[in-house]
Amino acid sequence: MRFVIYHVGASGRESADDTQTPWGPTMPLALPEPDQVVMRQREAIVEDLRRLVAPGGIIGDEEGRRAYETDALTAYRRVPLAVALPTSTEEVSRLLRYCHANDIKVVARGAGTSLSGGALPAEDALVIAVSRMTRVLGIDTMNRTATVEVGITNLGISEAVKAQGFFYAPDPSSQLACTLAGNIGMNSGGAHCLKYGVTTNNVLGLKLVLMDGEVIDIGGRHLDAAGYDLMGLIVGSEGQLGIVTEATVRILRAPEGARPMLIGFNSSETAGRCVSAIIGAGIIPVAIEFMDKPAIQVCEAFAKAGYPTDAEALLIIEVEGSTEEIADLLNVIGGIAGRFAPSVLRISQSAEQSAAIWKGRKSAFGAIGRISDYYCMDGTIPLGKLGAVLVAISQICDKHGLKVANIFHAGDGNLHPLILYDANDEAEAERAEKAGEEILELCVTSGGCLTGEHGVGIEKRDLMRVQFTETDLAAQMRIKTVFDPKWLLNPAKVFPLDGRETALEAA
Amino acid sequence: MSVLSNMRPVDEREFARVLAEAAATGTPLEISGGGSKQSIGRPMQTSATVSAKAMRGITLYEPSEMVMSARAGTSLSQIESDLADHGQMLAFEPAELGPLMGGEPGQATIGGVFATNFSGARRVSIGAARDHLLGVRAINGRGEIFKSGGRVMKNVTGYDLCRGLSGSWGTLAVLSEVTFKVLPMPEDTATLVLLGLPDEFAVEALCSAMSSPFEVSGAVHLQAALAARLEHAGLSSQGKAVTALRVENFTKSVRYRTDRIKNLLKAYGDIHELDRDNSLLVWGELRRLSVLRGGEGPVWRISTAPAAGPKVVAAISAYMDCRAFYDWSGGLVWIEVLATTDAGAADVRRVIATHGGHTTLIHAAPEVRAAVEVFQPLEPGLERLSRKLKAAFDPAGILNPGRMYPGF
Repeated sequence: MRFVIYHVGASGRESADDTQTPWGPTMPLALPEPDQVVMRQREAIVEDLRRLVAPGGIIGDEEGRRAYETDALTAYRRVPLAVALPTSTEEVSRLLRYCHANDIKVVARGAGTSLSGGALPAEDALVIAVSRMTRVLGIDTMNRTATVEVGITNLGISEAVKAQGFFYAPDPSSQLACTLAGNIGMNSGGAHCLKYGVTTNNVLGLKLVLMDGEVIDIGGRHLDAAGYDLMGLIVGSEGQLGIVTEATVRILRAPEGARPMLIGFNSSETAGRCVSAIIGAGIIPVAIEFMDKPAIQVCEAFAKAGYPTDAEALLIIEVEGSTEEIADLLNVIGGIAGRFAPSVLRISQSAEQSAAIWKGRKSAFGAIGRISDYYCMDGTIPLGKLGAVLVAISQICDKHGLKVANIFHAGDGNLHPLILYDANDEAEAERAEKAGEEILELCVTSGGCLTGEHGVGIEKRDLMRVQFTETDLAAQMRIKTVFDPKWLLNPAKVFPLDGRETALEAA
Repeated sequence: MSVLSNMRPVDEREFARVLAEAAATGTPLEISGGGSKQSIGRPMQTSATVSAKAMRGITLYEPSEMVMSARAGTSLSQIESDLADHGQMLAFEPAELGPLMGGEPGQATIGGVFATNFSGARRVSIGAARDHLLGVRAINGRGEIFKSGGRVMKNVTGYDLCRGLSGSWGTLAVLSEVTFKVLPMPEDTATLVLLGLPDEFAVEALCSAMSSPFEVSGAVHLQAALAARLEHAGLSSQGKAVTALRVENFTKSVRYRTDRIKNLLKAYGDIHELDRDNSLLVWGELRRLSVLRGGEGPVWRISTAPAAGPKVVAAISAYMDCRAFYDWSGGLVWIEVLATTDAGAADVRRVIATHGGHTTLIHAAPEVRAAVEVFQPLEPGLERLSRKLKAAFDPAGILNPGRMYPGF
C-alpha cells in the first residue's frame, strides 16, 4: 500500500517505491554529513538490531530500506541505515537503549505522510516505524477515552469507536493513512479543529520511551496531568524528545447530524470578510474551508462535488446538530453571507452531497497533484489580514512566473497556498521554493507563523529565525537537551543546524 | 542601588533585569500575580517577592478573530469585563480561588490564571486554560526574555512552550504577556437539576449526559452537606444532594437539548430546570467555589477518570470524614476533610494510587503544607525530567523554588 498521497505530481514521481531516479533538482537545504563510523559498521549494527526485536522486525537490505527513503516531502531522499518495525513498547525501548549506547541516530516514523520532511531519514540513522503497533487497547465510553497503540491510523481510531456512536476529533486530510504517532509528533489539526481543537487538545495520556530506553507514563484517563505539562511539550515536538508508543485520547459523541453549505463569492477578500462576520456574530461552525478559483476548478473536475466553478472564492461551512438546529444555523449563516453578495449559496441536500463536498476538499491536494507538481505551504495568519495576504501571495507567485491555488482552513487562518511548478524544470523548482519562503515570511510579518499544522521538519528549519530570536530558539533547544542530551532523535530537523551550541549546556 | 529593591517591575525588561540580578546573586524569589492563589503550594524560603501586577494592560483584542493579548498583571476582572462588552468570554471559565483562600474576589491576574492552569466547569467540554493559550512572552530564570506561539489559532512552529509553561506555577519562567483564544458567550443557558442522588448514580447520570450529542457544558454533583452551603436558596434549602447539568447554546437549541437530556435521564428521578438567570447565579458561585468556604478543614483537589470519582470518594471516606463536590462529570473532585496534622495525605494518596489520577492539597495550614507533599508526588522518571526541565529554564533555582516540589 502506498502512503505517499501528497506532493505527487504530473511528472510521475509519485510513489515511495519508485526507485528509478533520484529526485532531479538539487534542493538547497543542507543535511548533516552522515557519521562514517556508524556507516562503516552498518552490517554489524543490523545484526545487533535483529537480536532486539521479533523475527522480521528489522529491514537491512537495500531495496527494503529504500522504501523508507522519504516521506511526503519527496524532494528529499536518504536511504536509512536500517529500518525497525517494533511490535511493542519493550522492543522500542530495547532499540533506543542500544542506539543510545552506540551513538546511533534515530528517526521515528508513522505512515510517512509528513509534508515537511519530518520523517525524512538519514543515512546514519535507524528508522523506527511504529506501523505494526496498531492495537486498540481499550475503549471507555463512560469516561470518553480510547487507549491505542500509536501506529493506528487517525481514521482507525474513529472507526474503532464508531459502533458506540463516538469519534476522534482531529481530522487531517491524510487521515486515511496518517498515524496517531505522526499526529502526536506534528500536533496535527484538520478541517474540524475550529470547534474541536488540534491533537494536543485531544490527548490525555502518553506512554513515552526516552532515548536511553526508559519508559515513562504521562497523564491517563483523567484531565490535566500532574506536574509540569510534559505532554504539552511532547505533542508537536516532531519526534525529537522521545518515541510515543501508546496514547489515551479523548473521544467525543458524534453529533446528531452535520451538513455543509457552499457559498461562492466574486472575490477572495469578500469571502474573508464573510468569515469574520460569521465568527463576529457568535457562531462557531465546526468547519469553515476556503478555496480560490484555481482550486475550485481542479477539485470539481476531480470530485464532481457541485462546486461553483465560476466563483472566485468558495467557502464550505459545516454546522452540526439536529436536523432542525442545522437548518436554523445554516439559515442564519446564509443571512450573514447574503450581506456579502454571494454568487452562489447552496445547502447540501443529502448525505451523498455532503460526502462529495468533503471528498472534494479532502482530496484537493491529490487532485491538484494530478495536473501539476506543487509545493504546499502551511502558514497561518490573523484572519483580518486575509484579503491583503492573498493579494500579496498572488503577487509573489506572479513575480516568480508561477501559478498558485489557495486552499485553507479559513476559520483559523491556516493557509495552504499550493505553488504550481514543473519539477522537471530545475530553475522553476528553485523559484517555487523561493516563492514559498517569501510567502512564509509574509505570514510571519503579517502576525502569523511559519506552520499551522504540517510542522517545521526539514522544510522550514532554516526559516525559524524569521519567526524566532536566538533566545527563543535556545529556550526550545534546551528542552531537547533535557529529553535527549546527545541529540540523537531526529536531529537534522526543526532547528537551524548552526547555533545549536547554546542548548547543549542545559543537561 | 540593587535592582532587587524594585519588587513591582512595570515592564518585562525591568522584570528581566531583576531576575538576571537574582540569578547572578543566587537570590531565591517568590513570583506573584494578584496573590489570590499565594497560599497554594509548599511554603517557600525566599528572600523577596516580585509581583507581575504592575505589568498590565490589554495589548490586543480582535473580537472577530476571537483573540486577546494582555500583559500578565492585567486583572481577570478587567479582561472578563472587556470581553463581556463584546459578548465574549474566557471559555474555560477560570476557577476563582481567592475567596476560598480567605481573600477578596476579583484579585486574580491573567498571568496567574495560565501559570496555574485552573479551569472551571466548562473545562470538561471545551478544554482547560492551557488549551486556550495561543502565545506567551516570558522571562526565564536567566533573565532572558523569550516568546513562543503567537496570536493565531493554529501554530506548530517549534516546541509548544505555551503548554509547557501552563501550570508550572512560576517555577520555570515568569509570564509577561499572554495571548489567548476567546469565545462568544452563549445566547442562552439552562440547568437541569436532580435531587438526592447517591454519588455513584449521580456521576453515572452525568457521564451518560456527557456521552450524549447534546453538548453539556457543565456537569457537577454536590453531596448534601455541601449543597446546603449553596448561596442559591432554592437549592440549598432542599436538604439533598444536588446534581446539575448545564446546556448553553442558542435559545431554541437549549430548549431542544434540555428536553432530550430530560428524556435521557428520566430514570434517575424528577428533573427540575433552572432558567438562564438562576443558572448564571449557580454556575457563578460554583466557579467561586462557594460551597467549599465556611468549612474548617483542609481541601484536596483530585483529578481522576470521571467514573472513578465516586469510588475515590468512597475509599477516602473509609479513612476519614469527608465531603465531596464533583465537577467535570465526576473527574474533578474537591473534598473537604477534617483538620489533622497531615490532612489525611497518606490515605488520600494511597487511594489515588489505586484508582489513577492526581491530587493537590489546595487549602491547608502552612505547617501542614510544609509537612506533606502538596502537589502530586511524581514517578521517578517524571521527577528526573521535571528536575532537569527546571534546571534548563532556571539554572540558579531562583523562581519559586520548592513551591511545587522539594528541591526544585
